[in-house]
Amino acid sequence: MSAVDKAAFLQIQDVVKDFNGFKAVNKVSLDIAKGEIFALLGSSGCGKSTLLRMLAGFETPTSGRIVLDGVDLGDMPPYQRPMNMMFQSYALFPHLSVWDNIAFGLRREHLPKERVAERVEAMLKLVQLGKYAARKPHQLSGGQQQRVALARSLAKQPQLLLLDEPLGALDKKLREETQIELVNIIESVGVTCVMVTHDQEEAMTMASRIAVMSEGRFLQVGAPGDIYETPATRFVADFIGNVNLMAGTLDVDEADHCIIGSADCKHFVGHGITGVVGMPVTVALRPEKIHLSRHKPTDEFNSVSGTIKEMAYFGSFTVYHLQLVSGERLKVSVANVQRYRDDEFTWGDSVWAHWSRSAHVVLTQ
Amino acid sequence: MSALRSWMSGRTAVIAVPFAFLLVFFLFPFFIVGKISVSEMETVTFKDVLSWSDGVVTLALRFSNYVFITEDPLYFKTYLASLQYALATTLLCLFIGYPFAYFMARARPTLQPALLMLVMLPFWTSFLLRVYAWRGLLTEGGWVAELIFASGLDQVLYALGLISTPGKLMHTPFSLVLGMTYTYLPFMILPLYGNLAKMDLRLLEAAADLGATPWVAFWKVTVPLSKAGIIAGSMLVFIPCVGEFVIPELLGGPETLMIGRVLWDEFFSNNDWPMASSVAVVMVLLIIVPLAIFSKYQAEAQESRK
Repeated sequence: MSAVDKAAFLQIQDVVKDFNGFKAVNKVSLDIAKGEIFALLGSSGCGKSTLLRMLAGFETPTSGRIVLDGVDLGDMPPYQRPMNMMFQSYALFPHLSVWDNIAFGLRREHLPKERVAERVEAMLKLVQLGKYAARKPHQLSGGQQQRVALARSLAKQPQLLLLDEPLGALDKKLREETQIELVNIIESVGVTCVMVTHDQEEAMTMASRIAVMSEGRFLQVGAPGDIYETPATRFVADFIGNVNLMAGTLDVDEADHCIIGSADCKHFVGHGITGVVGMPVTVALRPEKIHLSRHKPTDEFNSVSGTIKEMAYFGSFTVYHLQLVSGERLKVSVANVQRYRDDEFTWGDSVWAHWSRSAHVVLTQ
Repeated sequence: MSALRSWMSGRTAVIAVPFAFLLVFFLFPFFIVGKISVSEMETVTFKDVLSWSDGVVTLALRFSNYVFITEDPLYFKTYLASLQYALATTLLCLFIGYPFAYFMARARPTLQPALLMLVMLPFWTSFLLRVYAWRGLLTEGGWVAELIFASGLDQVLYALGLISTPGKLMHTPFSLVLGMTYTYLPFMILPLYGNLAKMDLRLLEAAADLGATPWVAFWKVTVPLSKAGIIAGSMLVFIPCVGEFVIPELLGGPETLMIGRVLWDEFFSNNDWPMASSVAVVMVLLIIVPLAIFSKYQAEAQESRK
């Protein structure tokens, strides 16, 4: 992200959408900078699509303002907004060829024929579909349709590009390839982009910033790394990736460390938190940050013993489910860096799990 | 053996039944009509087209009826009038039926079955009764006629040449086309509704997103996508209208002579079966042309839906 203008380009201010008493979007505010690729991430029904539809103008906010480049969009109808949307499952016009689909928006601006042709050709080149210009959408594969949809939504050089589940209709392998291609195209055009997705991988690989949404509110807004490594709440920690959540109480709280006691071990965390001694907290620990060994670690903190109850082999890594003394389960992910290991862990093994003093996050809400 | 079995498979049998039906009850009778049209009358019977005498096979095809049809301007004028009235009816049905079907398809889903029922309600009473009822409404003293006279609309109809004298609505092109439009309107609405109800409404959102006002989106997206429905409805109205006999008989007059009436006269007044058959054959040919266009379009639409 080189050309990020720090001033807010898109401002969402206290936006509420009330559907007969049900607040689909409940007073959210957000600033998005020019050139950013921003993802609204959440499970279905969290309000992310409603928010996107309000940006596009298909829904009107019950209250609040949406300001784009200093212009309050207010009740402006969709056909006047300087933004274009790539629809979920594309909504390509079935009666028009690829060429005419891309030209549809340009023709609405009453541009001269040569300008339209020039722009369509440029778009076809951008998405590498020149050969398919005369085809109808149903004659294309899913990936090609997706590129036509992208070309159509970029043809008018929108100030803001909206993507609704851009890769939702593709299969897994194609999705991974397309994620990167899509980001490259969007960045080469330099358009500011807001996307909606329920797929955290998609959000993390594509977006520069993510807003995690639930029940119409933003739970956390930040860069993918921040959200993954320092989740603000139990919900976010649990929603993004895999996590072990351990309940405990705050025993010691110093400026440079704190100690939290939980059922199976004492956690030594390498930073202080703002809390009072004795308060209940949750320790969030990602499975890949835990090491397994057969011997008792020397550190009295940050280690537990347990028995391997389950193993799930994923190829590049294996997830072990440990049964701890208290009866809690602990997920540990071990990268398979070698093809074969001499002392591979297996079902029923008694093992020790330990982790560093900066591996975990203390959550108070 | 296996070839026979595959030929006799259920799929073939299912297709064969309607084919056999059409063959026996449509194509075969049509050939008989065709044969009669080129036969010579011998008082009450027809001469055989093929005759055998002294080792010579004689094929006698009498085309004089067809020649007569092209020579007598009455037939040409009547065919033309039939096509014109059918076309006018089709266009009227389309203009009235399209908005009707459109708002039906966009109505609340809970309301749609009731609206659909209303469209089909007229079928519950006899078509003959409904057409006959228009006579009562359109003659002097009928309330529709009085309404038209009171509003001065008859002057407009007169100016347009749809009625020959102001103050008289029955037995005019106006009453004829009104009756046909009224009768055939459901045949236009139903295929259009079926088509419009299926449409993906997100396409209209996509059009709006790309800068199309609702009006432009209607003409650039909704109408092209309902082309199959427009064609199906138009054919369902146009084809039976060309050969319509009952409605012109009840609501039309001497100035609205249609080919159905001519056909009737040749058969039952003149008893000239070969002439009547020729008239019928020409009418079928006139209808086959739009039908061929229709089925070609349907085949294309089928192809593009794959």
